[in-house]
Amino acid sequence: MSSSVPTTISSQAAANRLLLRRKRAERRFQLYGILAISAAVGFLVVFLASIVSRGYMGFVQTEIRLTVNFEQELVEAGSYRKILRTSLAELFPEAGSSRAERRALAGLVSAGTVFVLRETVEAEPAIAGTVQDVWVLASDPVDQFHKGRIDASLPEEERPISDASLARIAALEQDGRLELRFNRSFFSRGDSRNPEEAGILGAIVGSALALVVTLVVSFPIGVMTAVYLEAFAPRNRITRLIEININNLAAVPSIVFGLLGLAVFLNVFGLPRSAPISGGLVLSLMTLPTIIISSRAAIRAVPPSFAEAAIGLGASRVQAIFHHVLPVAAPGTLTGAIIGMAQALGETAPLLMMGMVAFVVEVPGGFTDPSTVLPAQVYLWADSPERGFAEKTAAAIVVLLGFLLVMNGLAVYLRRKFEKQW
Amino acid sequence: MVNASTASSPQPKLVAREVSVFYGEKQAVFDVDLDIMPREVTAFIGPSGCGKSTLLRCFNRMNDLIENCRITGSMLLDGGDIAGSDVDVVQLRTRIGMVFQKPNPFPKSVYDNVAYGPRLHGVAPTRSELDELVETSLRRAGIWDEVKDRIDQPGTSLSGGQQQRLCIARAIAIRPDVLLMDEPCSALDPIATATIEELIDELKSEYTIIIVTHNMQQAARVSQKTAFLNLGRLIEFDETQKIFTNPSEPSTQDYITGRFG
Repeated sequence: MSSSVPTTISSQAAANRLLLRRKRAERRFQLYGILAISAAVGFLVVFLASIVSRGYMGFVQTEIRLTVNFEQELVEAGSYRKILRTSLAELFPEAGSSRAERRALAGLVSAGTVFVLRETVEAEPAIAGTVQDVWVLASDPVDQFHKGRIDASLPEEERPISDASLARIAALEQDGRLELRFNRSFFSRGDSRNPEEAGILGAIVGSALALVVTLVVSFPIGVMTAVYLEAFAPRNRITRLIEININNLAAVPSIVFGLLGLAVFLNVFGLPRSAPISGGLVLSLMTLPTIIISSRAAIRAVPPSFAEAAIGLGASRVQAIFHHVLPVAAPGTLTGAIIGMAQALGETAPLLMMGMVAFVVEVPGGFTDPSTVLPAQVYLWADSPERGFAEKTAAAIVVLLGFLLVMNGLAVYLRRKFEKQW
Repeated sequence: MVNASTASSPQPKLVAREVSVFYGEKQAVFDVDLDIMPREVTAFIGPSGCGKSTLLRCFNRMNDLIENCRITGSMLLDGGDIAGSDVDVVQLRTRIGMVFQKPNPFPKSVYDNVAYGPRLHGVAPTRSELDELVETSLRRAGIWDEVKDRIDQPGTSLSGGQQQRLCIARAIAIRPDVLLMDEPCSALDPIATATIEELIDELKSEYTIIIVTHNMQQAARVSQKTAFLNLGRLIEFDETQKIFTNPSEPSTQDYITGRFG
C-alpha cells in the first residue's frame, strides 16, 4: 500500500510533463503553419506588386499633340508622309532640312503616325484642307524617357535618345504638347513590331474564340461522360480501366496534347493552322479530364434519394438524372467547367504546336482566322528586345490575371447562387 | 407458418410465392409466401437486416436499381405478373407508389413536387386539372392547410413531418393502388409520427398499404396484418392482434417482448 503512493505522485508528474510537451508541440505546429502561410502570402504580394508596378505604365502612353495642316492637294495625292514632315518642321523650325535632322524629328513620333493621319482623314473627309490638332503616339524612346525609364545623365552614346531630342521633348512638354494619356490603342489593336502601337485586342479575341470552341466541345462531352460513368456504366474491369485512364489523362504534360493536335487535327483532318478552332480543340482535350472528374464528384454528391424518389414515381433512370440529379449537381459541374476554362486560358505549350504562338497583327474575325492567345502574347512580348515591350508584357499579364480572377469569381458566384440546401 | 387469409375474404391485392432475393452470392430473402389484402395496412417487422425492406422493394421493383440483385419466385399484382423481365416497370410503379425512410422531397417547390409524377405520366394535361390534382393530393395527405399559402416555396423548407406528408402527397398524386412505406416515421419526432400514423389510418380506405417499421407499437397501432421476418425468412404472418397477443412462433414472442433484436 505504502509503495503505491509515490508511484501515483510520480505518474502524476509524468502526466503533467507529457501534457506540457503536447501543448508545446501543438503551439510549435501552429507556428509552422503561420510561417508557411506568411511565406506564401509574401511571395504573392511581391509577385503582384512587381507585375502591377510595371504593368500600370503599359496602360498609359505618351502622346504628342501635333498641329497638322491637312493640305487639300497633299491629302488628294496621299502624301501623308509629307504632311507629317511639314507639321513636325513647323514645331521645330530651328531644325534644318537635312536628311539626318528630318529623321530625328520623325523619330519623335511613332512610325505608324502616317497611317494614323490617313485614318483620321478617311474617318472624317471634311477635315481635308483644314488645320487640326491631332494627338499622336510618341515613339518608344520618347515614351520610355517620359516615363522615366531612360537615365538622361548617361553619356549620349549610351542612351537611345539624343541630346537634341531631349531638348525637343522638354520644349514639347513646356508647350503642353506632350502628355501621358490612357492607352486606348492597347485595347483596340493587334500586335505590332513597334511597342507603342502594340495592342492586346487580337490576343483577347483569339483567346475568347479558342475558349468558346473549348467550352462547346468539352462541356457536353465531359458532362455526358460523367453521367454515364456515374449512373449507367456497369462496374467492371473495362469501366475501371477507363476511369483510371481519365484520371491519368489529367496529369499528361500539356505539350503532348499539342503534339496529338498537330498530328490529328492539322495533319489528318486538315484544320487551319494558328486558328482558334484547332487551338480550341486541343485545349478541350486538355480540359476534358478536369470537367469529367469534377462533374463526377458533383453527381456523386447528390443524395441518391432524389433519383430514388423519381424512380419510385415511375421515372426512367435517364429522366431521374436529367430532372433531378443534374440540376442539383449543376453548381459543381459549372465550377469544374470554369476552372477547366481558366486552365485552358493560361495554357501555352499545346498551342505552340498548333502555330498559335505567332506574330499576328490582325484582330481575328472568326474561328478559322490566324490568331494568337493571351499567354502566347505575353511570351512573345517578353521575348522582344525593345524596352517598351517590357511594360506591355506586364500589362498583358495584368489583363490575363484579370480574366482569370473574373472566371474564378464567376465560379464562386455560381456555386453560391445555385447551391441549395436539402 | 400460418396464413391469415380465409376462404371468404376478397381476392388478395398482392401475392408473393416462394420469393427469394440474392445480392450476388448472398441470399437476403428465403422463399417468402405472402398474400396482401386490399385496403388494409400490412406491417413488416423484424430485426435489422432481416430482409423486410428488401422484400418491400421487390413489390415495385426498386431492387432493379441494385446491380447483381436477383429475385426468384413469382409476384402478382391483381393476378398480373410483376416480377418478370418483360414487365413495364414504369407502368408498375404508377400503380405501386413508394414513401421512403428519410423524407426526400425534390429541391423544387411544393407544387412541383406533387406535380412531378402527373406531369411525367401526362395524367393531368391542363393547368387547371393539374392544380386540382395537386390540391386533392395535398388534402388527402392532410397537409393542404399547412402549405396552401406557400405552395411555391421549396419543399425542402418544410419541417420533417410536413416533408414526409408532402412525399406521401407526391406518391398518391399518380393515383396508385398500393403504397409501400419504408420506415416512414423513423426520421420524425413523436408528434409528426402520430400525424403520419393518423394519415395512414385514413389512407387505408383507398389504398393497400405495406409499411416496414422498427417500432412495434407503431405496427400494433396502424396495421391490420403483421408479418414477422427474421434472417430473411417469414416467421409468422397473421392478424396484428394475434401477433402481438398470442403469437404462434416462440421467436415472434421473443422479438415482440424485446428479448432480441
